[in-house]
Amino acid sequence: MFLQTLFTGLSVGGIYALMAVGYSLIFSILNFSNFAHGSVIMLGAYMGLGLASKFGLKLGFVVAGAMAGGGLLAVLNERLAYRKLRHRNAPSLYLMISAMGCSVFLENMVYVTIGSRFYAFPEFFTRRVVTFLGSSVSVMDLFALAFSLLAIGALGLFLARSRTGIAVRAGVCDMTMCSLMGVDTDRLVALVFLLAGALGGLAGTFMGVRYLVYPTMGWITNKAYIAAVIGGLGSLLGAIVGGVILGVVETFISAYVSSVLRDVFSFTILVALLVCMPNGLFGKSMEERV
Amino acid sequence: MSYILSITTLACINMIAVLGLAIFTGFTGLFSFGHAAFMGIGAYVSAILTYYYGVPFPLALACGVAASSAASLIIGIPTLRARLRSDYFAIAILGFGEALRVILENLSITNGARGLPGIAPYTTLPVVVLCLGLCVIVARNFLQSRYGAACIAVREDPVAAEMSGIHLFRTRLLSLALSAAYCGLSGGLLAHYLSFIQPVMFTLVQSTQILAAVIAGGLGSISGPLVASFLFIALPEALRVAQMWRLVAYGLILVLIMLFRPQGLLGHQEISRLFKRPAGEDH
Repeated sequence: MFLQTLFTGLSVGGIYALMAVGYSLIFSILNFSNFAHGSVIMLGAYMGLGLASKFGLKLGFVVAGAMAGGGLLAVLNERLAYRKLRHRNAPSLYLMISAMGCSVFLENMVYVTIGSRFYAFPEFFTRRVVTFLGSSVSVMDLFALAFSLLAIGALGLFLARSRTGIAVRAGVCDMTMCSLMGVDTDRLVALVFLLAGALGGLAGTFMGVRYLVYPTMGWITNKAYIAAVIGGLGSLLGAIVGGVILGVVETFISAYVSSVLRDVFSFTILVALLVCMPNGLFGKSMEERV
Repeated sequence: MSYILSITTLACINMIAVLGLAIFTGFTGLFSFGHAAFMGIGAYVSAILTYYYGVPFPLALACGVAASSAASLIIGIPTLRARLRSDYFAIAILGFGEALRVILENLSITNGARGLPGIAPYTTLPVVVLCLGLCVIVARNFLQSRYGAACIAVREDPVAAEMSGIHLFRTRLLSLALSAAYCGLSGGLLAHYLSFIQPVMFTLVQSTQILAAVIAGGLGSISGPLVASFLFIALPEALRVAQMWRLVAYGLILVLIMLFRPQGLLGHQEISRLFKRPAGEDH
C-alpha cells in the first residue's frame, strides 16, 4: 500500500512537474504568470484524444501530435495576446490579465463547440501491474513517470548545451542585453513558448490517459502552478522538485487522510509558502521591488 | 416588465461588488482573482442567519458584511504583510477562494454542493437601489478622504508613498477590507434575491466577471466600472445571449482591452489629472 501510493504520487508528481516547467520557462523569460498555459494543456489533451480516437493512432504518434499542437497553440497565443504588450513594455500585470482572458476564452470556446462531456482515452495500457516488493504498481504510472523525466531531462540538456539554449538562458538573465548582442528576442520568446506548449501538450495527454478529458481540466494545472511556486518560479529544477513534492504529498493525503481535504491542503500550502518563502525553494527574488 | 425589473436588480447587485473591487483594484492597484469568495461569505452568512436562526434581514445582511470583511483580514494580513508581488497576491487570493469553495461544499450547514434553497426573498429593487446609492456615496467619500488619497498614492508609486509616510500595509489592508465588505453586501443581497445559493456561484468565473467589469470600465474610476458592469450584465441578459458565449466574450474582451485600451472604456475619468501618461509604462 505504502509503496503503491508512493509510485502513484511520483507519477502524478512527474506530470505536475511537466506542467510546472511550462509555467517556469515562460515566467523566467517574461516575468509573468501565464495562466493560459492551463488551457494549452487542456487543448493538448483534446488534440491527443482526437488523434487517438478519431484516427486510432498509436501512443507515440498521439504524444507527438499533442506536443506539436500544444507548441503551435502556445506560440499563436503569444503572438496574438502578448507580443503587442511586450513591445509596449506593459506592466507584467497586463500580461497576466491578458493570459487570464485567453484562458477564459479558450476554455469556454471548448465548452461551446465541443461540449462539456467527459471523454476517455482508448486504453493504451491494459490495466497491467508490476508486482514490486509485494505491492502492485501500474505500468501506466511507471511509463508516465519515466517519460516525464525524460522530456524534462531533454529540455535541460537542450538549454545547457545547444547554442539556442544558451540564447534562452541569456534572455532569462537580461532580455535587453540579449537583443543588443544580436539575438532576435521575438524568435527567442516564440521558441520558449513552443517548448512550454509542447511539454504542456505532453502533460495534457498523460493527464487525459490517466483521468478523463473535459473542458475544465485546465484547472488541474492550478496545481502545476502551485508546484512551480513551491519550487520557485523561473527555476526548472524547482519546478521538478515542486511538482514531485506536491504530487507525492497530495497522493498520500488523499490515500491516508481524505480526498476532499486534498485541494484545501494544496491551496493552504500555496498561501503558506508564498507568505513564508516568496522565492520558493530555488527561485530568484520575487518580492515587490520597493 | 418584471423581467426588466429583475435584470435591473441583478445588475445593481452586481454593481455593488464591482464597486468594491474598483476600490481595491482601480484605486489601490492590487489585483484579485478571488473577490467572488467574499460575495460567497456574505451570501452564506446572511442566508444561514435568516434561514436557520430567523435573524431579521438587515441584521443578517450586516453580519454577512462583517464576516466577509473579517475573512478578508485572514488572507490579507499575512499576504499583504509579506509584500507579495502583485500577481502572487492575486494568486494567493485565488487559492483562498478555491479553498473556501471546497469548504462550503463539504459543510452540512451549507447543504454542500447541492446549495441552499428556500432563502426568504427579502431583496427588492428599492432595497438594492438604496444600498447601491449608499455604497456609491461611501466610496466617493472614502476616495476623497485622506485614506483614499493614500490608496491612490500607493497605486501610483509604492516607494514614493512609503517615503512620504504612508503605511503601505495598513492602507492596502483597509482597502481590501472595504472592498470585501462591498462584496459581502452584494452576496447577501443576491442570496435573498435568488433565494437559492450554491458554492459554484462564487468561484473564479464570478471573480473574472467582476474583474472584467472593473478593467473594462477603467482603473481609477467609479463611474466607468458601474457603466461597464451594467453593459456586461444587463445587455447579454436582455439580448438573451447564451451563458457560455458570454464567457467566451468576457475572455476576448479582457485580451482586447489589454491590447488596445488598457486604461478601460471610460479611462480614469474622475481623476484624470493624476495621470501624466496613462498606460504603457512599466513601474
